This record gives sequence, C-alpha cells and structure tokens, in this order.
Amino acid sequence: MVYYITAILLILIGMYAILTKKNIIKIVIGLSIVDSGVNLLLISIGYIKNGTAPIFSVEGLTPDKMVDPIPQALVLTAIVIGLGVTAVALSLVIRLYDHHKTLNINKIRKLKW
Amino acid sequence: MRKVTAIFVLAIFGFYMLSVFLTIPFGEKRDNVGQHYLANTVKETGAVNTVTSIVVSYRGFDTLGEVTVLFLAATGLGAILFDKKGKKRRLQHASLIVRVGAHLLYPLIVLLGAYVFVHGHLTPGGGFQGGAIIATGVLLMFMSYRSFETSHKALIYIESLAGIVFVLAGFSGLIWGQSFLQNVLPLGEPGRLLSAGIIPIIYIAVGFKVGAELTGLLDNLLKTIK
Amino acid sequence: MIMIYILAVIIIVAAIFSVKQKDLLLAVIGTSAISVILSIFYYLLQAPDVALTEAAIGVALSTIIFVIAIKKTERYEE
Repeated sequence: MVYYITAILLILIGMYAILTKKNIIKIVIGLSIVDSGVNLLLISIGYIKNGTAPIFSVEGLTPDKMVDPIPQALVLTAIVIGLGVTAVALSLVIRLYDHHKTLNINKIRKLKW
Repeated sequence: MRKVTAIFVLAIFGFYMLSVFLTIPFGEKRDNVGQHYLANTVKETGAVNTVTSIVVSYRGFDTLGEVTVLFLAATGLGAILFDKKGKKRRLQHASLIVRVGAHLLYPLIVLLGAYVFVHGHLTPGGGFQGGAIIATGVLLMFMSYRSFETSHKALIYIESLAGIVFVLAGFSGLIWGQSFLQNVLPLGEPGRLLSAGIIPIIYIAVGFKVGAELTGLLDNLLKTIK
Repeated sequence: MIMIYILAVIIIVAAIFSVKQKDLLLAVIGTSAISVILSIFYYLLQAPDVALTEAAIGVALSTIIFVIAIKKTERYEE
C-alpha cells in the first residue's frame, strides 16, 4: 500500500513542475519524474505476498508462488523509450537556446525559426 | 493565481486516482494470462527466464517496434544537432588517478556487458541492459582521455547489420514455419547455454544494436562542446 | 518493514527538492537519487530485470545527457 501512495505522489509532483515552472529544463525534469512514477505504479500492481522472482533457476520450483511476469515485460520497454524521449527533448532545447538566447518560455513567442 | 489553480486541479486528480487504486487489493493472487505463461514457458520455448521468453518469443513484435523507436530517436538527435563545420571535442585531460583507473576498468566493464546479454535466457538480464552497460564503459573512456576516438563508419555498420539480423531471424520463421518470428531451431534441454532456439540469436543482435546506438548518441552530444 | 517507509520518505523529499531548487545542476542530482532508490524498490518487489535496467539507464545515461544540455545553456534559473 505504501507503493501506491509513493507512485501517485511522484506523478503529482512531476505534473506540478510541468504546469507551473517557466524554465524549459525544469519542465523536462518534471517529465522524467512522471515517467519514474508511472513505472513504479505498474510494477507494484503485479506483486504477490511472499512470492519469488519468475525464474526457474533450481529444479524444484513450482509456478504457484511466483509474481506476475507481464507488467515487468511492459515496464522494460517503457524505461528505454522514456530515455529516448528525454534525449530528443534536450536536443530541441539546445537548438532553441542557440537561436533565442533565453530559456524563459514567456519570451519565446514567435513560431518561425 | 496560476499556482493556486494548478494545486486545486492536481488535488482533485490525486483524490480520484487514490480512490480507484485503494480498491485493488495489494498482494493478492489473480487469475490471468500471466499464470498461463508461467506454466507453459519451459515446455514451449525452452527459456528458463520467463520475462525473456515473453519479451522475445510471445510478444516479439513489440520488441521490433521498440528497437525501431530507439533507432529513430538516435537518428533524430544526430540530425537536429548537425553542424557543417564539424568541430572536434576539446575537453580537458583528467588527472592521473582517473586515467589509470579508467584504463584498468574499461575491459572489465565491456566483458560484464557482453556476459549480461549472452546469458539473457538463463539469468536476469538481456539485450537492453547489456547494451547500456557497454555504452557506460565507453563513456568512461571518453571522459578520461582527450584523444580516444571511435570511428563513425564502424558504428553505423554494426548497427545496421544487427538490425538486419533481427529481421532475417523473423523471416526465417515465415519461410520454414508458420508465422513471423516463430521458433524453428531445436529447443535443447533447459538450463544450458545453447538452448531455447532462436532467443539467444535475437538477444545478441539487440545487444550489439543498442550498444552501438547509445555510443553514437553520446559521441554526437560530446562533439558539440567547444 | 520500517526500511520501506524510510526509503519512501527519502524519495518524496528528493522529488520536492529537485522541483524547488534554482541551481539546475543540483536538480539533476536529485533526479538521479530518485532513480537509485527506485532501483532498490524494484528489487524488493521481486523484479530483477527491471532493477538492472533502471540502474543502468536511469542513473548513468540520463544524468549525463542533462549535464551536457546544462553546460551548453545557462546554469541558474531566471
């Protein structure tokens, strides 16, 4: 139960940073915090009390007491794609700074390069 | 005014999310598709690690999509930061302790990364983790030595060849089997290195591709510092 | 059991620190502290593959990309 509350608080703190801050790099940091919160929420749904990891390493393990393997396979993909989104967003920030010489979103108003 | 509105909207959103998630009991056993995958994974695919057999064999098409998205992200970053003049990296030489330590640690880190993606079907690990570890080792060498270069052409060739190997492995399932990405090699006995049919081949290709991609991404970023 | 409560409090404190800080380099260090403790949480939830991935990608690669972007722009907010 602690895991659900931590994950939802992380999502809310990240969304507050996206809605309120004026610096572009702060907004990208908030996006990265929202990613971490959503991944924790997905994995904590598939947990079974006193379960073990889903690997048949020794001979006599039965699949009765193993945790759910499907959320782990989905979160594996989600972490890598979160890194890709952060990298492309930061390269756009570098290009914007070269042209406008400021990082304040209230001063970047023109739509043309 | 803007902060008060944001806090009010987020409080309503958080209240509804909490009230939905407190009705899902934490740590109870549920009957779903995961139980079927756990019961049949050693018989049907021969891999001992259940998460590997889901990512490569039962849902292999989604892994092909993810590899494509990572390729597009690395290429997009290289295209946005393109500079016609081609400046070289001009960071400083690191101190003596960092240089000697990096020289000793670099082959061990590359060896650990290769171990993680070759044994993907027996222990926790796989292609993505091994590729990220190899890219971290190369980053350590970039930061310590001023004259450490990786050739651009070699990275492009490794990445393209690894992607072609993945798609050809899928097509071999179409030619000799019944569907795309089906297992056509013999399964072997579970627990040995050469088992589980086509899964080690696909994970080795993914490990090479992710390692070369992330190294090229870091090289593009570090080359723009004056 | 009490260790899980202490680690959860540390994650929330690191997230609030990283949003309110005006020096952008310290905010990025707060984000990488979130990734390290999240990797411990994934191990306690019996998911070793996901713990390896979060430790390798979230701590090393995401932080270095942020630091290079900060070096090419400004370091302090406003």
